[in-house]
Amino acid sequence: MMSTKPVNQRGATPAQGTIIDLQNVTIKYSGSAAVKGVSFPIARNRITSIIGPSGCGKSTLLRSLNRMNDFVDGVSVEGTLTYNAEDLYGKEVDAVEVRRHIGMVFQKPNPFPKSIYRNIAWGPGINGFKDPMDVLVERSLKQAALWEEVKDRLHESALSLSGGQQQRLCIARALAMAPEVLLMDEPCSALDPVSTSHIEDLLFELKSRYTIVIVTHNMQQAARISDFTAFLEMGDLIEFGETNQIFTRPKQRRTEEYVTGRFG
Amino acid sequence: MNTRLSDSRKQLLRRHRKARFFSFVWALVTWLGAMLLGVLLYQVWVEGYKWLDMQFITSFPSRFPDRAGIKSALVGTIWLITMVAFISIPIGVATALYLEELSKKGWVSRMIELNIANLAGVPSIVYGIIGLTIFVRGLDLGRSLVSGALTVSLLVLPVIIIASREAIKSVPTSIRHAAFALGATRWQTTWAHVLPASIPGILTGVILALSRAIGETAPLIMIGALTYVAFVPEGPMDAFTALPIQIFNWISRPQQEFHELAAGGIIVLLGVLLVMNALAIFIRYKTEQKLQ
Amino acid sequence: MMRPSAVIDNGMTNCTMANKVIANIDSGMQTINRRRVRWGELLIQSSLALCAMISVVTTAVIIIVLVKENLGFFYEVSPVDFFFGTRWVPLFEPSSYGVLPLLWGTLSVTFGAALFAIPVGLASAVYLSEYASRRMRSIVKPILEMLAGIPTVVYGYFALVFITPLLKEFIPGIQVFNALSGAIVVGIMILPTIATLSDNALRAVPDVLRQGAYALGATSFEVTTRVVVPAGLSGVMASFLLAISRAIGETMAVTLAAGATPNLSLTFLESIQTMTAYIVQVSMGDTPAGGIAYQTMFAVAGLLFLVTLGLNIFSQWVLSRYREVYE
Repeated sequence: MMSTKPVNQRGATPAQGTIIDLQNVTIKYSGSAAVKGVSFPIARNRITSIIGPSGCGKSTLLRSLNRMNDFVDGVSVEGTLTYNAEDLYGKEVDAVEVRRHIGMVFQKPNPFPKSIYRNIAWGPGINGFKDPMDVLVERSLKQAALWEEVKDRLHESALSLSGGQQQRLCIARALAMAPEVLLMDEPCSALDPVSTSHIEDLLFELKSRYTIVIVTHNMQQAARISDFTAFLEMGDLIEFGETNQIFTRPKQRRTEEYVTGRFG
Repeated sequence: MNTRLSDSRKQLLRRHRKARFFSFVWALVTWLGAMLLGVLLYQVWVEGYKWLDMQFITSFPSRFPDRAGIKSALVGTIWLITMVAFISIPIGVATALYLEELSKKGWVSRMIELNIANLAGVPSIVYGIIGLTIFVRGLDLGRSLVSGALTVSLLVLPVIIIASREAIKSVPTSIRHAAFALGATRWQTTWAHVLPASIPGILTGVILALSRAIGETAPLIMIGALTYVAFVPEGPMDAFTALPIQIFNWISRPQQEFHELAAGGIIVLLGVLLVMNALAIFIRYKTEQKLQ
Repeated sequence: MMRPSAVIDNGMTNCTMANKVIANIDSGMQTINRRRVRWGELLIQSSLALCAMISVVTTAVIIIVLVKENLGFFYEVSPVDFFFGTRWVPLFEPSSYGVLPLLWGTLSVTFGAALFAIPVGLASAVYLSEYASRRMRSIVKPILEMLAGIPTVVYGYFALVFITPLLKEFIPGIQVFNALSGAIVVGIMILPTIATLSDNALRAVPDVLRQGAYALGATSFEVTTRVVVPAGLSGVMASFLLAISRAIGETMAVTLAAGATPNLSLTFLESIQTMTAYIVQVSMGDTPAGGIAYQTMFAVAGLLFLVTLGLNIFSQWVLSRYREVYE
């Protein structure tokens, strides 16, 4: 019933459709593999979380979804990653264009050393956004649940905000680009519990409009907010499925050991 | 037994005495070295201050010491530094940007890096010879401000490049990644985020370079800056002289008065340098304030 | 705090971007296959690369010019005569093209300068990094930097007007132009280089090494001389080499202080001529372009270039080869 061999499996594919699909993805840093033969789908308008012990390739995998690994020397990506059925690593693909559709929020908040307004407005500005910027800035900040706190000081430096506020600013900044997919690399690990719960509420609300992929250390967080969960260990996908199933009736022994806290 | 103990105790005391002695020696030597600056400046001041007046600044050099001034030299230096700034700053910063942001870290950029490090150590007189051969003779620009400015620009370019690279390197990668993740190209990121953050460092390097440029004499002699100039240059193709050349010329004369005039010229030169460095510190302070 | 969904709905009312988002998600037709050439990026990249090439071109030009003129020179003068001859009389008849006097002039000034600057500079570096308090450092370091920023003509003036008369008090037989004056002044000039670079090298030595030595009962002198300096030796030696290279290339101070007489003198009290001073002399004179006398300038400059280049490369090698790995 409970197998002990790690097996790559696809979980239940939701009816709404898959927006990003990974097939046999292997990512290597100068020859040594950080991610090995991973296959699973990412569902549209759902939150998919990637969990697993530290250093097992979760962030590497996430970064491959928006071509951010291009900036690391010696990285090779094998397998197929498709976005809306188009190959993300095809020869005709412009990585800059990819990142306009697939946004990212990083582990440590990294606002630009400019005003709050400029942080949000810069991205759309360089991408040719012509309509009233004030409206876009307000909308993005509201989406990130930050508007009320900063509406009177939009032109102050972003660095004057607290850690939790800065991270919400980074989320607002990413949302201003109106991406289809939002990638989040342990967005709450540098934050206090109060800010963390604000952001978790936020994500819950956002998923009706965006697809979210979140890498997290925090199993409880994954259990709370995500619809689908992928469990990675040492670069292998041990199990993928609906979050509910992963946490209550895991099919793999390693999965069960991890989610019940026997290691990690 | 007793003798052994007292021996090692004596040895310990001796070591401590030696340590104290040398601590004193290091400090003394350092302060003596630092005092050399004071002696130098004092000497120059004593010799030259009596020549410092408006007439000094507004007259041309002359065979007669009491009528001599540094007007042509001062104007020439200002022309020269302005032209050097316009030539070397864009090229220097562009090279630094290329090396740090836009090039693949392959053998080409390694070669360029090595090249720049070596150029930084080439004696200024070799630059002077090149300036003479290429600019004055080869491109037929003559003994003009342009030749001088080009030659001195080549000389200070490595300094600007190296300082700018340091400044650009110190901008955190997280800022760049944040910009890339928003779908920005490399240049958009560099222009909007990396450059503005590295300006204080770049500015410091630029001021350092220009300070060196002001004091350079050998290359200017090589390209033929004149030593007796009784006119003010009006355009980049004009002949010229510069402060250090004028000072050199006055020192070379045997008469005491000319030595004193030279001291006066030195005071002016050092004054200009002081102002430039103060400006650099001020600008750096202001831009760092803004970034906070 | 308002419930996030209410806030979002409020914000989504009138905004074209919002409509675009909704439309896009419904259609799901985001295409990423639009590899268009970004002409702006390409142009900027090319311009920057071009600028970077200027430094490469500069080196190439230096080498080409020197080689070309030296070929012409050595067509007329045999290398043996040049490198081993002891008389340098290129501008008059009977001419002689032995570069040794010039080389000797340069080397003696450099040697004298190093004799002064290396001990004093190293001592200052030791003081700054091991003993000086923060306040002391903040006073002494700027002074050293100011010394470094003073133009060389000023040092030439200093030599003629201050040092030489002073030397005359103590050494009556000394000439107005002499190598000693030049050596002293060049020594002062390269002192800040040695002091600051060595200070950097010593400060880079991790504190744990010092603390380990102190814990074993060593005195400050012993820690400094037996632990810190040996650990930072590559940086310290590189600073010496760099400073010597600068001393060799120094022009104005020696031209003014040491004189224009090629001379293989062994004392430091006579007028000599360095390689750099000779080049200045030729360019200030009326030597017609193209003749052998003119080419001597390039021959000497070529030698100068090779020597300084060699020293610089050697110092870089020392830095990389002997750099202590602390972890």
